[in-house]
Amino acid sequence: MFSVVRTIWYVLLHMFHKRITVQYPDEKPYLAPRYRGRIILSRDPDGGERCVACYLCAAACPVDCIALQATEDPTGRRYPEFFRINFSRCIFCGFCEEACPTYAIQLTPDFEMGEYQRPNLVYEKEDLLINGPGKYPGYNFWRVCGVQIGGKDKGEAENEGPPVDIHSLLP
Amino acid sequence: MKMATVYVDGRAYEMDPKQNLLHACLQLRMDLPYFCWHPAMGSVGACRQCAVKQFKDESDQHGRIVMACMTPVAEGARISIRDPEAVEFRQAIIEGLMLNHPHDCPVCDEGGECHLQDMTVMTGHDYRRYTFEKRTFRNQYLGPLVNHEMNRCIQCYRCVRFYREYAGGNDLNSFSLRNQVFFGRDRDGVLENEFAGNLVEVCPTGVFTDATLKRHYTRKWDLQMAPSVCVHCGLGCNITAAERYGMLRRLVNRYNGEVNGYFLCDRGRFGYEFVNSERRVRQPVLRGKPASAEPALEHLRELAGGSVIGIGSPRASLESNFALRSLVGAERFYAGVPGAQSRLLKQMVDVLRNGPARTPSLREIEHCDAVLILGEDVTNTAPRMALSLRQSVRQQPAEIAERMRVPLWMDHPVREIAQDQKGPLFIATPSPTRLDDAAARSHRAAPDDVARLGFAVSHLLDQGAPADLPDALRGPAEEIAQALKSAKRPLIVSGPSLGSAAIIQAAANVAWALPGAALAFTAPESNSIGLSLMEAPALDAALAAEADTAIILENDLYRRLPAAVVDEFLARFRHVAVLDCVESATTAKAELVLPAAAFAEADGSLVNSEGRAQRFFQALLPTAPIQESWRWLGEWETLDEILGAMASALPHLATAASAAPGASFRMDGAKVPRSPHRYSGRTAMLAQIDVHEPKPPEDRDSPLSFSMEGTPDQPPSALQPFFWTPGWNSIQAVNKFQEEIAGPLRQGDAGVRILEPGSQRPPFFDQIPPPFQARDGEWLLTPLYHIFGSEELSRLAPGIAQLSPQPYVALNPEEAGQFGGEVDLLGQRISLVRIADLPRGLAGVPVGIPPFAGLDLPMWSRISRPS
Repeated sequence: MFSVVRTIWYVLLHMFHKRITVQYPDEKPYLAPRYRGRIILSRDPDGGERCVACYLCAAACPVDCIALQATEDPTGRRYPEFFRINFSRCIFCGFCEEACPTYAIQLTPDFEMGEYQRPNLVYEKEDLLINGPGKYPGYNFWRVCGVQIGGKDKGEAENEGPPVDIHSLLP
Repeated sequence: MKMATVYVDGRAYEMDPKQNLLHACLQLRMDLPYFCWHPAMGSVGACRQCAVKQFKDESDQHGRIVMACMTPVAEGARISIRDPEAVEFRQAIIEGLMLNHPHDCPVCDEGGECHLQDMTVMTGHDYRRYTFEKRTFRNQYLGPLVNHEMNRCIQCYRCVRFYREYAGGNDLNSFSLRNQVFFGRDRDGVLENEFAGNLVEVCPTGVFTDATLKRHYTRKWDLQMAPSVCVHCGLGCNITAAERYGMLRRLVNRYNGEVNGYFLCDRGRFGYEFVNSERRVRQPVLRGKPASAEPALEHLRELAGGSVIGIGSPRASLESNFALRSLVGAERFYAGVPGAQSRLLKQMVDVLRNGPARTPSLREIEHCDAVLILGEDVTNTAPRMALSLRQSVRQQPAEIAERMRVPLWMDHPVREIAQDQKGPLFIATPSPTRLDDAAARSHRAAPDDVARLGFAVSHLLDQGAPADLPDALRGPAEEIAQALKSAKRPLIVSGPSLGSAAIIQAAANVAWALPGAALAFTAPESNSIGLSLMEAPALDAALAAEADTAIILENDLYRRLPAAVVDEFLARFRHVAVLDCVESATTAKAELVLPAAAFAEADGSLVNSEGRAQRFFQALLPTAPIQESWRWLGEWETLDEILGAMASALPHLATAASAAPGASFRMDGAKVPRSPHRYSGRTAMLAQIDVHEPKPPEDRDSPLSFSMEGTPDQPPSALQPFFWTPGWNSIQAVNKFQEEIAGPLRQGDAGVRILEPGSQRPPFFDQIPPPFQARDGEWLLTPLYHIFGSEELSRLAPGIAQLSPQPYVALNPEEAGQFGGEVDLLGQRISLVRIADLPRGLAGVPVGIPPFAGLDLPMWSRISRPS
């Protein structure tokens, strides 16, 4: 008898507590920028694709849901020929973002990806690529790396001296 | 062997006192980082990376740092790998090596299988403190096969040591000085050496990378790999074929201590691209129209039921040839090689089976100390053997070093002691060869005169051998005979490339006259010896056969016989069915073409020129309806079934069935995985087709699985799909799989020998040919082989095709004087090349390059001024 009365009393008290239910989807919750939601591919500050198709995200992925193929443009800049994420397998662990050496792959605070058809959860590069640098503005891998690409000759990367003249006899 | 006890970090180990500490520690599976040392090339102590602490005795607490690769193993030595000072020293060394290393790993093809990455992780260097400028270099164009990215160099000197000292090249060198040392050519250009592709594996970092892989780049961890055997010559080098997304991506060396060791030739390494060629047959073709598999197969069965002959192929597996033989009947099965070559191959096999001379493996060739090559341009007919022969000339000078008590692994001192001294290597060929620079003496002679020299040598060695010893031959023959006689492990190399039975007989006579001599023959194609062991009549006999239907197995007859003969031959049949992996002039004439699997898509066995039967396995499943020829031709469900049938029908080939474990083989109940356990993309690679990933295909033919699931243990060597071990991602991981460094693999080297010598010496051959006589206005067209271009399949690989020569005819400059830049030959205008030492009366023509494909060389022909 006592426990019944106590229960009714607690229920009554709860009527005066602050409401924590969010009226989603009319009301959107705040998600931190580091929230691990839908994956995107970003671009570097110059507007070029950041992904260099190094395959590290695919290797890091515990559910093996990333597949890509590397290719090169005529100037030697490497990029993915295709880049596919099977979101019906993705567990949003963020390992791919951690593995990425160029900040290309990033997880975003968006989780609204529900689909009625599983094949619609297979995202190709055109679905993934956004038009900005995402969370990491400013970084451009190609400015750091020693490989020559269009618009960046040997010795023009950060912290690089001019190419050695190997025919010179000077010490 | 007497072993020495060495204490490493307080524990006693048994080590080989003939070795250095690095070699011995690696053999004991310890992790000790190194760069410049290479198991095949010895120590030079250039990189200082393998530093360890050595203590005087038990009471010595201080010790001193020594380079493990430069310190001999000594009884009672005490060393420490884990000593903090040694650890710090190694860390400092790699920090220094990394000062100028670019931030390239994500876009570097070596990444993920990089020795520098592995060693950096092993030493624990993980943070860059140096913030000043990095020095940079411009890259060079080194040809269609090898890519250059010089910024990544850590100056270990392995590339020039391999290229110049091991492989005998001279167009790659180190330039400039101090921190600007540059490794490359003096100017852009194609690397000239035939073994340049090994730089990809020799270089511990990404300076030299595979340019063919770059076009369809995949990381090592993403590849589905299988043990395979090279099909581009008769040596049967072991390779690892690697697939991704249904496409053959690359080949790398698969260590086999007895066969190829650590190295491959460029034709073998880069010829694989024919598998992805536009000219692949991918659909059955029935009367010129694409057909599906069922009607095509039904048509084949219908044809096979009638009056039919079968033509086998020296580039098809034993199983495929046997399947055709079973389908048409043994008496109606013909070897797909012309009579002349078939007789030569048979003679080679007979000599090896009946005579006392044993055919050596490539490793044994490396250790021979006197060599006579009769008639073979080895670099172009059996390229990897040339690399072994090049090491053989170091054997005798190495004895001087041994007498001076310099251990043989001390590469630089041994070379300094040897100076320019070379062991006796004698070459007798019509035209200059790439081995001439290593030879003690080279003789240029017409094929018959090469044979005469061989007969003369054999007579000097054994008076019982027939003699025809004119004064002109006596000098050179005596020099050769003397060198061979005084050698401990003499070797005779010959082969069918000049189309001369006399040369093979002469080689046999020399080997038989010299008790204990080894006799190595080259074979023109990957299964020439295997097909010869099937003892089928030659192609010429098929020309006379009466039948309605001819079934031709993986063979382009237009590369075997003159076009007119083949045209007439094919026209005689009402039906011609061809099974092949690539389109050819023969498939164009066929009523029915069936798509056969290429080597990387097939299981089968090949017998190499050593007489070693080796198994190759599927690296990728071919897209249906492509399948192995033996599946098209027979009703066998699995490889083991056809091997069983072959063993009972051809008992002398039964041993070939044991070249690899059967499909039921398991290790702890598990199969051997074709993919490394880091294989990625499994749930996404086909998701655009079907979001439910398919079950991995089952392999009923082998104990290999088409996935990363399976045993983590080391399988038998014939099943070893790739070399990888924790902490050792690069191909240098092979150290961990060897019984002995640079020795056999832990489970024994792959393959079984099915050709063993007889005990009795048969009577000497006595058909000495008369001296060669030049003719007026006519020249003997002599075959000149080209590593790039003479072989049928590799010609279809774009990189190899780019390096193939254009048709030419070569004459002695004095004889060429009467012509201009071009001549008329065989009704065509062909450019003229001058070869200084070519004997008068001979005209060299490139083998296998149209219009010279299919000619019965050597043959006499008129050469005239262009009309």
